[in-house]
Amino acid sequence: MQLTINGTAHEFTGDPRTSLLDFLRDGCGLTGTKKGCDHGQCGACTVLVNGQRVNSCLTLAIMQDGHAVTTIEGIGTPDALDPLQAAFVRHDGYQCGYCTPGQICSAKGMLAEAANGWASFVSDNLEGQVELSAEEIRERMSGNLCRCGAYSNIVDAITEAMQAEKVGAA
Amino acid sequence: MRPFQYMRPEGLDHAGQLLRDGARPIAGGTNLLDLMKLEVEAPDRLVDINRLPLGGIAPTDDGGVRIGALVTNSACAADLQIRRDYPVLARAILAGATFQLRNMATTGGNLCQRTRCYYFTNIDQPCNKRQPGSGCGAIGGHNRIHAILGASDACIATYPGDMAVALAALHADVEIERPDGTSRTVPVRTFHRLPGDTPDLDNVLEAGEVITAVILPPPAGGTQLYRKVRDRSSYAFALVSVAAVVRMDGDTIGSAALAFGGLAHKPWHDPRVEQLLAGQRPSDALFHQAADLLLEDAEGQGENDFKIPLTRRTLLASLREATGGAA
Repeated sequence: MQLTINGTAHEFTGDPRTSLLDFLRDGCGLTGTKKGCDHGQCGACTVLVNGQRVNSCLTLAIMQDGHAVTTIEGIGTPDALDPLQAAFVRHDGYQCGYCTPGQICSAKGMLAEAANGWASFVSDNLEGQVELSAEEIRERMSGNLCRCGAYSNIVDAITEAMQAEKVGAA
Repeated sequence: MRPFQYMRPEGLDHAGQLLRDGARPIAGGTNLLDLMKLEVEAPDRLVDINRLPLGGIAPTDDGGVRIGALVTNSACAADLQIRRDYPVLARAILAGATFQLRNMATTGGNLCQRTRCYYFTNIDQPCNKRQPGSGCGAIGGHNRIHAILGASDACIATYPGDMAVALAALHADVEIERPDGTSRTVPVRTFHRLPGDTPDLDNVLEAGEVITAVILPPPAGGTQLYRKVRDRSSYAFALVSVAAVVRMDGDTIGSAALAFGGLAHKPWHDPRVEQLLAGQRPSDALFHQAADLLLEDAEGQGENDFKIPLTRRTLLASLREATGGAA
């Protein structure tokens, strides 16, 4: 069975028990995706599958047959950071950095969800256009924990990256 | 995690055969894989049903909506018709888990999610649900999140979900395919069971049966809300939740469909409470009568005693909001 990771085809022939997370790290050497709790509670393992953010610890690699996975290694490069990555650096959106790949993949997914008009628990209106206030960002990023407590800087970084994107698109 | 054989069924019939022989279905996997890592679940065969044609949200002939079993929670909450005509469902889904989990979790799987009882998820502890006959650690133990209604001497676990609570308020049905190719529908209100002396059975699904869809009746209108009380403001299970679909008829309550999360082994509903409210003018006195009736047989286990007054307050707040603010 085969899946695409950051645009490259990868064969998976391992033990069916292998989580997507373990396959990314151990099978593909893509160690940017982190294992925190391994139970879907911390979000450190967040990646994008077919453009949607998921916990890679709670799905089996073998179930992702034919799917396209994007990890932090597929977002920006050291020389050309993604706007989210640049904003995290500028705002100190981390201390130890362990949760950061998951935070950035999650934020990527969140921006796409908001662009598609997906409401959240804190949205007043289920049907209106989504404006990502700080409250909205906190709710939508609640699946990503940061034990260093860099949350306020993470919200600032995402807000800035989002506004930069809007200016760029205008 | 214990070893298992991974299988993909050729079609629904084949899936039914495999499941009848004791294999476990996997869809989103967010609950099952978590429990397999803990060895709470140890299936020897896993049937990946994700490639079966059980997706899509479509209108039904009578003006309702059919939600395929494999529709993700995110897709369901984002669907324009669900948001417009069944807001209590969208609200309940958005109140549960996280975006990452809802992007994987499915409609059928959400119905089948298992309790978060601490004793169920710890294989070193006794649990009649996980291992029938081993006893219940929660009775006389830590039971802050446990049931106050419908519990038994064998089990005081709660059904943890939000989505099914809204579906119970909406009078939705579960569409189920039997292994012989026939299908049946079961009201969500009777899909989950009370524990009795067989708490290992969460719901009425029989061996080989597959949930194919959830069917919503035509839009109920009225005021719909989902009020969830939990230990933190996001990503936590309900201590108490109320799904309400209330239609006013002038100054009186035309009808009030109510369902409750966090109280019992199933999304709780009490037709007596709904009958009591119908045709009455909203008032706090009336709402207290409703709470009295709802909680008539409520029984705390010690740590969860607080749920009894909390349920009353949550019901009152929900009814005030849904009827336009009686005082």
